[in-house]
Amino acid sequence: MIAAHLPIQRPQQAKLLVIDARGDITHVPRIRFVDFLRNGDLVVANDAATLPASLQGAHLPSGLPVEVRLASRRSLTSDDVRHFSAVVFGDGDFRTRTEDRRPPPQLKAGDQFALGPLLATVNSVLGHPRLVELSFQGGVDEIWAGLAKHGRPIQYAHVAMPLALWDVWTPIAGPPVAFESPSAGFVLDWRTLLAMRASGVSVATVTHAAGISSTGDQELDRHLPFDEPYYISPATACAILRSRARCGRIVAIGTTVVRALEHAADPTGRVHAGYGLATQRINATSRLCVVDAILSGTHEPGTSHYELLRAFTDDETLSRASAELNAAGYRTHEFGDSVLVETGSDRSIIGPAAARR
Amino acid sequence: MRNDNEIDPFANLRVAITGGTSGLGLALVRELLGRAAQVAFVARGRERVQQVAQGTDAHGIVGDVSKKDEVYPVAVQIAGRLGGLDVLINNASDLGPTPLALLADTDCEDLERALATNLLGPFRLTKALLGALGASAREGCGAVVVNISSDAAIMPYPKWGAYGASKAALHHLSAVWNAELEPLGIRFLSLDPGDMDTPLHALAVPDCDPATLKQPEVAAREVAHAIALALPSRRSDRDCPPETAKMGGLA
Repeated sequence: MIAAHLPIQRPQQAKLLVIDARGDITHVPRIRFVDFLRNGDLVVANDAATLPASLQGAHLPSGLPVEVRLASRRSLTSDDVRHFSAVVFGDGDFRTRTEDRRPPPQLKAGDQFALGPLLATVNSVLGHPRLVELSFQGGVDEIWAGLAKHGRPIQYAHVAMPLALWDVWTPIAGPPVAFESPSAGFVLDWRTLLAMRASGVSVATVTHAAGISSTGDQELDRHLPFDEPYYISPATACAILRSRARCGRIVAIGTTVVRALEHAADPTGRVHAGYGLATQRINATSRLCVVDAILSGTHEPGTSHYELLRAFTDDETLSRASAELNAAGYRTHEFGDSVLVETGSDRSIIGPAAARR
Repeated sequence: MRNDNEIDPFANLRVAITGGTSGLGLALVRELLGRAAQVAFVARGRERVQQVAQGTDAHGIVGDVSKKDEVYPVAVQIAGRLGGLDVLINNASDLGPTPLALLADTDCEDLERALATNLLGPFRLTKALLGALGASAREGCGAVVVNISSDAAIMPYPKWGAYGASKAALHHLSAVWNAELEPLGIRFLSLDPGDMDTPLHALAVPDCDPATLKQPEVAAREVAHAIALALPSRRSDRDCPPETAKMGGLA
């Protein structure tokens, strides 16, 4: 697929490939997404805003320039911004393909980075020369101020111009806890939110700290996604119950929502409100207990996002979809086109929700 | 007076106030801290921000909302530090030319600065924080944006042209925002606090007798009252259920 190289969240010509419960494929302008929703459905999106998680600076022991990309933290608590895991690159920036980035200087526990106004210490190297756990020095307010002023959004070489936060915050972005944008949510402008409401479709959100999508190292990439903390409000848990009682479908906007909801669900499909740490991987062997459909970007086979789609439909259907995405010139990556995939016919959309689980 | 047994509608509410180091903004910071809200405030001067935050639980943020490039860093700190947002008070204001001048004598740059501070800044900051406010509305906590207006937004007072025109635009912006987003539970209030004994008023009318002016503390209580009326009455039902209180305010 072609990489979408302009940071436009809702291009007029954006396309949507729809795989319905029977595995039939249709193509529509993405602006028609709402037409595929029904009265009683619940759309669940990730309202995490994106942290400016790329920090340029210096590795103090060597004096060499580095780019530190914050990659994960253990909780969403606003006080808890001292400790992060991070991927460290040598000199350079997003203009170089991640795979071609220079390695960082040799890192060891106790090393310090000067990152603009921030000072960080390596606590440990996490089994790979470019993956560390670090701690920022200073007060919590100072750390937030330093990140806000010095950090830039993490980005990749397929978008040539430097991204600003307004390029990567979805229209519904709230707490800045994601390391990369939960970009499936770009589709949700306020016109769409109001249109959904008018047609009896409810909207709820989870807050899920979407992690980084690539480290530039095949071995490290195999560990993606890292563990991701999330929060599901009582209102969202109630909205899911209500929608299921009305036989509505749960439509996840993005892979992070699937990961959070399925992690928080018990085997009966009841989603528990509260905080959690999503550690599981979703793939062809996963049984989805909550989510009935997903709106996501277009993904290449072999990526963790594509693996997640295999929980929704069979490989034959996904292969056909991949061929059609390529043939029809769909664009990929965060500013690209989208797919809407409904769970396969073994979880038929006909009949009360309770009966099919 | 409030009954002590009632839950204050501001308890644990996450509130951000621009222009929080003087005048009405400072009075609002103190009023809402006194009512157990979680408060973040924004102002341009680092030293004043530190002074005001000192010894309180308020989160001081140094930034200039009239500058496009500073709005998102401010929004990151507000939504990050409070873990979301229930109430945004766009209070920071610019008078235009000082001393006040006839429109015919007003430099374009002075009008631009008044529009940047009084109109574009509030628009940009509100847009950046609308997702956080929408989440609060969905969770039943209510979401309120207050834009501080003025009678100069309505009345054509001579020499108040730059300020009055920018406040008139802000007043109308509030009305349209409100019409559009009320169905999603986000309320917009355009409030005129009246003539107050503040540094801004002293700059505008240097020879005014302060005794004839309203104290900003009084205006701050009135603004708080108007916000409380705009919050959903059922707020106490969800009022920070135990699992949401842990998070430093994400919900």
